[in-house]
Amino acid sequence: MKDQFVVPAKLKTTSFVLMGIGVLTLLIGLVALGGEHGSGRFWGGILQNSTFFLLVALVGTFFIGVTTLAHGGWHVGFRRVPEALSMAVPVLGGILFVVLMILVFGHKDQVYHWTNLEHVEHDPILKGKSAFLGAGFFTTATIITLGLWILFTIKLRNMSLQEDSWDLSPDTGRRLLWRNSVWCGGFIVIYALSVGSTTPWLWLMSVDAHWYSTMYSWYTFASTWVSGLSMIALFVIYLKKHGYMSWVNEEHLHDLGKLMFAFSIFWTYLWFSQYMLTWYANIPEETVYFQPRVWGPFRGVFFLNLIINFVLPLLLLMKRDTKRNFTAMTYIAILIIFGHWLDFFQMVAPATSQALHFPWYEFGVGLGFVGVIIFVTAQQLAKAPLVPKNHPYLKESIVHHT
Amino acid sequence: MAAKNFVVGCFDDEAVLFPAVKKVRAAGYKIHDVYTPFPVHGLDHAMGLRETSLHTAGFIYGITGTTTALSFMSWVFTTDWPLNIGGKPHFPLPAFIPITFELTVLFSAIGMVYTFCYLCQLAPGVKKHVFHPRQTDDKFVMAIEVTGKSNAEEIKSFLASVGAQEINEQRAETGWWYGRFDKDDTLINERVTPLNA
Repeated sequence: MKDQFVVPAKLKTTSFVLMGIGVLTLLIGLVALGGEHGSGRFWGGILQNSTFFLLVALVGTFFIGVTTLAHGGWHVGFRRVPEALSMAVPVLGGILFVVLMILVFGHKDQVYHWTNLEHVEHDPILKGKSAFLGAGFFTTATIITLGLWILFTIKLRNMSLQEDSWDLSPDTGRRLLWRNSVWCGGFIVIYALSVGSTTPWLWLMSVDAHWYSTMYSWYTFASTWVSGLSMIALFVIYLKKHGYMSWVNEEHLHDLGKLMFAFSIFWTYLWFSQYMLTWYANIPEETVYFQPRVWGPFRGVFFLNLIINFVLPLLLLMKRDTKRNFTAMTYIAILIIFGHWLDFFQMVAPATSQALHFPWYEFGVGLGFVGVIIFVTAQQLAKAPLVPKNHPYLKESIVHHT
Repeated sequence: MAAKNFVVGCFDDEAVLFPAVKKVRAAGYKIHDVYTPFPVHGLDHAMGLRETSLHTAGFIYGITGTTTALSFMSWVFTTDWPLNIGGKPHFPLPAFIPITFELTVLFSAIGMVYTFCYLCQLAPGVKKHVFHPRQTDDKFVMAIEVTGKSNAEEIKSFLASVGAQEINEQRAETGWWYGRFDKDDTLINERVTPLNA
């Protein structure tokens, strides 16, 4: 039984190549897109990618959190994969923090309109929001949020690694479940108050500083959660294809597929809830968000987004056989991650770069972030055995049957 | 409906039932059905049952609901009785979506429940033969059909060898008929004396 992952040289090279592409695109973008002072597109692309991939990595922690609290046993066989994915949170969180601080304290008002204090003085709407959309609150909230995410992510990971050296007995099993539940419970509350509430308003929605939508955060959550699930599925398939994790089979993949299917529909539900209320009320300060997207240059992207993220997963993942097929799931997972990346693109780009350009720059930077995630996850997977051998639900996971 | 002869074996434990099912199938006997008090994971696979088409039926009911909702509402608001509602277009697709969704769910849910009942031969006033009164309580009951190629005595001894506790022979209807379970069920009345009688 191969339960110790060794990072293949090919995977390492791939991740370095992807990171290289990312840095190269960044440098080309710096020159081609008018430098760091002239371009909203340059910073918009970085903001979109760093937020998206940070939230995708955070899904690793969230996945462990919800499955632990739900007393789920089925995922224990591949629990080390979301754990390893979550360890990208400290890295990507650091990157995002630097980006946000440059945007706010560098007064990049092409991205964050509200950082232009002179303009805010003459703008009654932004003036009214200035307590929330101000450098002080923004920075404090960002530091607290990122700090707590990183703290809990590392804590959950370390607990899991520690538990490998425990003696297996009913008592230690009970203790393991209890302390995992306590920390996961704490994390879920923090996650709900951050990703489920204010964080996406601050980081992403404020690129459209005049506009607001209470659905926005849940929408962001649904988008990243389904991409994170796809990311976990991809790593599981990768390990499986390379002969690791013989105890994980199509039953586990089937359940991951069901979650991807269900949350693709959940995403659409939130997409529609946000759209329909705006469409119905037809108030100018709300329709300003949809104007460039539905009737402006981003019309194609807007509907493509709906096709990739709703119609295709709905039809492709509906059949049981597809969810149990490793090859089909690989393509669908990649499709879903790309679709939600495109979703984030159409959330940010209309505000930061106004016109629709072929997103070579945004995509290139995105590949760089994918490289970081692959690199960190592979390193972390190699750090510990692939099976959390003392987890009381391990047997339940091995004999899992959907 | 034709009545057939069955040899019925009762098992106490699903851990005994599983290998028994496999051995009975390997020996070539025809399993009519296995009755269990709760859903047993993997039993359908062990019995070699084909996958149900219930979900295909559900999909068809679903798209029927979608089509019904969309076509009816479009016909009403564009052709039959166009109204100006808040200056919205006569074909306001976003406003149709919630109703379309609801009708899709309603059609597929109701359709699947009825189809499921039909496939399981369940309906009010319909009766089926009960092989053992404790098959919904704590016994795992396997009914093997006595065909022209097998004989009852042989099946009985085979069932005993794979761990069945209680073995008997029954002649029973395979399908359903009109009747009530609380009336004239000789099997239940004969075998079980109610505790409060």
